[in-house]
Amino acid sequence: MTVSTADRPLLEVKGLAMHFPISEGIVLSRKVGEVKAVDGIDFAIGRGETLGLVGESGCGKTTTGRCILRLERPTAGQILFDGQDVSRLSSSELVGLRRRMQVIFQDPYSSLNPRMKVGDIVAEPIKVHGVEHNPARRRTRVDDLLAMCGLDPKFADRYPHEMSGGQRQRVGIARALALEPEFIVCDEAVSALDVSIQAQVVNLLEDLREKLGLTYLFIAHDLSVVRHLCQRVAVMYLGRIVEMAASDELFDHPLHPYTQALLSAVPIPDPRVEAGRTFRPPRGEVPSPINPPTGCVFHPRCPMAVEACKRTRPGLRELRPGHWVACDEVH
Amino acid sequence: MPPLLEVKELHTEFRTGAGLVRAVDGVSYTVEHGETVAVVGESGSGKSVGALSILRLIADPPGRITAGEILFDGRDLLRLSETEMRKVRGRDIGMVFQEPMTSLNPVLTIGRQITETLEEHQGADRGTAERRALELLEMVGIADPRRRLRQYPHQLSGGMRQRVMIAIALACNPKLIIADEPTTALDVTIQAQILELMKSLTRKLGVAQIIITHNLGVVARYASRVNVMYAGRIVEAGPAEVIYHRPRHPYTMALLRSVPRLDRPRQARLDPVEGQPPDLTRLDGGCAFRPRCRFAIERCGEMRPPLEATSDPGHLAACFRSAELVAEEVAA
Repeated sequence: MTVSTADRPLLEVKGLAMHFPISEGIVLSRKVGEVKAVDGIDFAIGRGETLGLVGESGCGKTTTGRCILRLERPTAGQILFDGQDVSRLSSSELVGLRRRMQVIFQDPYSSLNPRMKVGDIVAEPIKVHGVEHNPARRRTRVDDLLAMCGLDPKFADRYPHEMSGGQRQRVGIARALALEPEFIVCDEAVSALDVSIQAQVVNLLEDLREKLGLTYLFIAHDLSVVRHLCQRVAVMYLGRIVEMAASDELFDHPLHPYTQALLSAVPIPDPRVEAGRTFRPPRGEVPSPINPPTGCVFHPRCPMAVEACKRTRPGLRELRPGHWVACDEVH
Repeated sequence: MPPLLEVKELHTEFRTGAGLVRAVDGVSYTVEHGETVAVVGESGSGKSVGALSILRLIADPPGRITAGEILFDGRDLLRLSETEMRKVRGRDIGMVFQEPMTSLNPVLTIGRQITETLEEHQGADRGTAERRALELLEMVGIADPRRRLRQYPHQLSGGMRQRVMIAIALACNPKLIIADEPTTALDVTIQAQILELMKSLTRKLGVAQIIITHNLGVVARYASRVNVMYAGRIVEAGPAEVIYHRPRHPYTMALLRSVPRLDRPRQARLDPVEGQPPDLTRLDGGCAFRPRCRFAIERCGEMRPPLEATSDPGHLAACFRSAELVAEEVAA
């Protein structure tokens, strides 16, 4: 038993699907369709590992994170956290789980209560979960958490609006760490920050991962940050994972036509490199997840699509060691 | 030929509860006919306020343009009457903003928003305006333009709305387009489509562009010249090639070093710009970047370093030590 605990991944997602109903009518509301936000995905995250989840708006990356945190109850599939199926836990069982998994949101402006002092914001989870009842010891703990996140303990007496964006995001991180979680979902955690501040927070997340042995699911649309911070990366498109591999492998040898299009669209901050790149943006826009295309969801925009792509949905295949691709046209 | 736009010693201030903010504090630059100039900076650097000042779109109060000249095609825009200025906006200078949903009128059809501009500025009759609107939508790559003309902004995707904004901006054959974070709200593949579109259209039509952005990659791909702003001032300006490969201002250098790059393998750690962005109500007489600068000396606290020519042609830097900061080749 102990052996298998150490071996198995901290998080396993199997066949996860989240379909949101679309209803019409106010009084006699009836379901007229559904948005397939997440449509059958599988992945695992090992202890101490950071998995990047990337894709454009509406690809289902945020919904995936919300299902793992049980902020949504998935339509189908299993989410095994340390062997326990998160999607089937009762609300009392969830309390224990929430101490072990936490979240850092994108917008430090709207995710912190503007009427609470920073010290109270960070202390709240400690209080709610009854971890430390003694106010003086709680205060010491808050000071330690702030210091760990690079903030002077004097910030405990300030309000969020008195701080800069980068400082506020540090408060959000300190709060997420308050219950000593093992696993953190970072949902666009550095996206709203200015360029000069972003690198500071990325370094902080890396230091904390090392020091506290944290496991991250890093959801982001900025591919350069993902390459830097994640050991492995999964690319999502219209509710499905189209490619998954080790970070450098994925960015140096992208195999799926969507991943290739996505990477070529990202401008590199170097005019010499840009001058030498041939670049053709993918045609069209992402189709609606209400009526996703049949077969491979990327086929209407894909330069490699053949007849068969309209009919069969490609599954993930391991084309190189650890490199999974959902495209039947790459070999 | 004189430059198309010449901004001279522009000052724009805001009176806020916390004190006076000099959002644009003595900014000068030029834009030649047909060229693309990028203005790069972070929140609060004054890049957007500077652009809105050119169009005289600063709400007064709390804001006010307190000094400077904006010579556009030989005329000082700051001396025009409001009626004359209205003729410049949308006709001689087109605008594209970050959020097309808030800059388009939600209760007018796409077609009406384009024809309105044409009727107002060119005195076109309804029929001519409608034919031109159709032409414009085709030009910006909107499929099925006839149907789209009758639709409302909420029926379009973000990328399509931004294409409509570009169509409106180009409607009256402007000489200059000011684009304020035109693709920041868009996904990366749509961002690339929109930027390619703006690039090809402005080239084809010979329109000059000012692109305001925080994205260093976008600048590298699209701009020929770059102004880097920090705390209301231009701290470095010059050809993109020089700014990225031989920067002479510590802020530009630090900024370029801090961004992870998609074309490079993972490195051990990022090299961030330390410290916090400046509080604009509490600036002293010295260099605003000084508290975060690893090269700061005593003199930096005594006065603001002026923007001066470096050894590279067309390159300016506002740092007392810029001549010493040569060796640092930031990008490989």
